[in-house]
Amino acid sequence: MSHSLEAYLILSAMLFGIGVFGFLARRNAIAMLMSIELMLNSVNLAAVAFGAFTPALQAHAVLIALLVMAVAAAEATVGLSIIVAIYRNRRTPLVDEYASMRD
Amino acid sequence: MMGSLALPPTIPFLEWRWDDLLFLILAGGMLAAALFVVIGRDIIRSGVAMIAAFAALAGIYVMLGAVIVAAAQVLVYIGAISVLILFAIMLTQTKSGPGTLVFHRQWWAGVLAAIGVAFLLVVSVMSSDWPGKVGERLWTPISQIALLLFSDPLYVVSVQVVGVLLTAAVVGGVFLAKREESADPAEPQPATLERLRRPVGASMPAGGAAGAEKP
Repeated sequence: MSHSLEAYLILSAMLFGIGVFGFLARRNAIAMLMSIELMLNSVNLAAVAFGAFTPALQAHAVLIALLVMAVAAAEATVGLSIIVAIYRNRRTPLVDEYASMRD
Repeated sequence: MMGSLALPPTIPFLEWRWDDLLFLILAGGMLAAALFVVIGRDIIRSGVAMIAAFAALAGIYVMLGAVIVAAAQVLVYIGAISVLILFAIMLTQTKSGPGTLVFHRQWWAGVLAAIGVAFLLVVSVMSSDWPGKVGERLWTPISQIALLLFSDPLYVVSVQVVGVLLTAAVVGGVFLAKREESADPAEPQPATLERLRRPVGASMPAGGAAGAEKP
């Protein structure tokens, strides 16, 4: 089982599904950001698994995973500071109460 | 007897390989922690469960032979991003936070979308012809990665661009989260006000600050 590529790809797909659910269903903005992190991790897992089972792609997969991690860190920084800035004005982290542009 | 601590090639009663058992433990732990992240009621416990999911994923990276990705996972995700998220949780937590509704009222649509996406991915994985089993997973040599990183112009440019992106993100994050000093000069800072009201010699009773806010 741990020697087949399908197992890792299916694991990655399930992690991505969990992240999609969390992003769509949670009300808390920080929980949505955590779900985005889970989805980015599942993409990383898929890339590294492809690299591990294809010898010509090994180093490429590792580099792509490292670049994705750096972009994820940048995304988390900006996203969390936006949430903190909104929280300072609206006093709530729940995204469905950010409704001032709806009216 | 003490010298022969080598494990048998398979697990004694189940006839599995040890690799498979390790993979099942790590994968199950990671999925359980990830599920707890998205359905947990208390968001700070969700943050802690996210650290557990990242750690299990680092173990899976080691199983795949990508040691440097596992090290970067521990450093970047467990060390930096988790701490950042936990701090943001503590900055934005309200007293009525865990008591209110966790999900949107249309959460079933999220369930449908998630199941649809995961089903589509699993079907496309199962129906494709991937490179088969590898007998022995190779450890990715670090020198090969470094050679590729500094010889391929694509990756050289990518690293520079990611460096600029990280710098811009950090500067932008500081700018966004910075408290504006002159936004409302009429309202003094609460801590300063509290310090001014208290008599000089009075010692602070336990819970006095919390009780003083709501007479």
